[in-house]
Amino acid sequence: MEKTQNNKAWFLVLPVLVIVAFSAVIPLMTVVNYAFNDTFGNNEFFWAGLEWFDEMVHSERLHEALGRQALFSAIILAIEVPLGIFVALNMPKKGFWSSVVLVLMALPLLIPFNVVGTIWQIFGRTDIGLLGHTLAAIGIDYNYTNDPLDAWITVVVMDVWHWTSLVALLCYAGLQSIPQAYYQAAKIDQASRWAVFRYIELPKMKGVLLIAVLLRFMDSFMIYTEPFVVTGGGPGNSTTFLSIDLVKMAVGQFDLGPAAAFSLMYFLVILLVSWVFYTVMTNLDRAQTSMGEGN
Amino acid sequence: MAQITLKNLAHSYFPNPQSDKDYALKEMDHVWQDGGAYALLGSSGCGKTTLLNIISGLLRPSHGRVLFGDRDVTDAPTAERNIAQVFQFPVVYDTMSVRDNLAFPLRNRGMDAAYIKARVDQIAQMIGMEAWLSRKAQGLTADAKQKISLGRGMVREDVNAILFDEPLTVIDPHMKWELRTQLKQLHRQFGHTMIYVTHDQTEALTFADKVVVMYDGRVVQMGTPEELFETPAHTFVGYFIGSPGMNFLTADVQGNRATLPGGDVVGLGASYAPQSGRVQIGIRPEHATLVASGGLPFVIRRVEDVGRHRLLRGEVLGNALNVVIPEGMPVDGLPQVAFAPAKINVYADDWRVAPAQERAA
Repeated sequence: MEKTQNNKAWFLVLPVLVIVAFSAVIPLMTVVNYAFNDTFGNNEFFWAGLEWFDEMVHSERLHEALGRQALFSAIILAIEVPLGIFVALNMPKKGFWSSVVLVLMALPLLIPFNVVGTIWQIFGRTDIGLLGHTLAAIGIDYNYTNDPLDAWITVVVMDVWHWTSLVALLCYAGLQSIPQAYYQAAKIDQASRWAVFRYIELPKMKGVLLIAVLLRFMDSFMIYTEPFVVTGGGPGNSTTFLSIDLVKMAVGQFDLGPAAAFSLMYFLVILLVSWVFYTVMTNLDRAQTSMGEGN
Repeated sequence: MAQITLKNLAHSYFPNPQSDKDYALKEMDHVWQDGGAYALLGSSGCGKTTLLNIISGLLRPSHGRVLFGDRDVTDAPTAERNIAQVFQFPVVYDTMSVRDNLAFPLRNRGMDAAYIKARVDQIAQMIGMEAWLSRKAQGLTADAKQKISLGRGMVREDVNAILFDEPLTVIDPHMKWELRTQLKQLHRQFGHTMIYVTHDQTEALTFADKVVVMYDGRVVQMGTPEELFETPAHTFVGYFIGSPGMNFLTADVQGNRATLPGGDVVGLGASYAPQSGRVQIGIRPEHATLVASGGLPFVIRRVEDVGRHRLLRGEVLGNALNVVIPEGMPVDGLPQVAFAPAKINVYADDWRVAPAQERAA
């Protein structure tokens, strides 16, 4: 049968295109504009070509921030994913306590980022903070304002406190979808606790885990508010992550050209890593299934 | 392998059961012979799965004991009971290959690798999955997955019993027949005790040597398919087995005569002691026939042609009554229905009453 060609449908997409243009494309283009030009105000621009990009790619400051950022995301993922799975496995499956636990778990996710930062900023202070003061009282030398390691620990623990719930709740949802018969069959097959996890729970959680890892990677890679409130990027530059560095550059030093180039590269890196990660994970899955079909 | 004894067994899902109603299983005493093929038949919610889970140890009974042979296993966990169970919906380990799925119960028990391979090959052949052994279980059809589940249930040779919980629900009708026949064959070959839960009477009657009919948390009859058909112990069995089920008429039974409310008399094949309570006579549609005179007036409401025979749905003295007649038998000019006296059973308060001679013997 001959298919009718009709391009009128594209008009229906127009409203979305307009909204996206105003909300994303045009602001982004402004950044692009700054990235390729130099300006001294008054809306006067001078073509700079790839100069800012060149400067940024070779900037040691950016390399260091990127290194810290990558380390931070790696630590966050390494802690939050296993911990989230562990918490989800131990959450009550039904009854009164499951509701209580769910609410408790959801609480950190509902707190605004800067409030989380403030909570931990005060919590960790050695003079008035419960945590800081207690640590000092039992003789542990803890001070996140002048010890880089302490600052890192504080920021990491804060992120774990804030976001492990997300991983746990996603995993919990995955676990709840497993029919009881699977556990009964495993009992009858005399499967060990590890085998139940490995062959029943983990495969069923795979889909949500993929989402969880992706979300946690993106969020942690873009983290700004919480560490900024707690440490302001210090001591020194030790907790200056990419976003913090970017804001310093753009708003603090008013280096709009380099900051714009930096933003674009930052954006592309996140996009690229997320895409690669997602493609690899989904292809791995497909490859395994089709490999089976080949036999 | 062992004989399974249920001693004063009862189960309630409530912590403090008050009345009979609170019990999912009412008290029962039964012995399941070693090597028997049993079907547990009953409508949904009558306690079949509860009973099955108690035998396999997934559920601990609130009252009574469960014995395997002489050993009391009431408190023993599933793993210690050495039981295999196949569930209603296929349970396969998606990330494993079909071979690993079948080998899983054996590997968990630390069997020798060569033995596992041989045994898995043998089972795969039985369930017709040899060609799929190295494939991943993920993405297989429900049929294939359930075959794997069945295979995993049968892979261990030393099990005390194999329990099936409506295992063929998700299977296509033609496959159902094939798998059921295979199960029956396996039973003959290995002699495992098999307990098969179903609400499908055809499935139960073709699979089992002994059918256990459950109703409202009670085992109402345990017998061969023939016994269930000829002498149902409870009106539920009469109604549930057979298609359509048994006809029941309220009557007053004296000796070998049953008097219907309108004064009509039906002759019985045996004599009975006087009964109290609600007395009914039960007759299978297959044992009723149309006659010109000498029976009860029968009004035909509907005729259903079911191939080999015809099913007449009608009324006798205001009671619904079904009659099965052979194909080709004329209906016109036969306004009455007669019952084969020897095939009539008498029920008092839903339970079958044994005739006086039978009881004396």
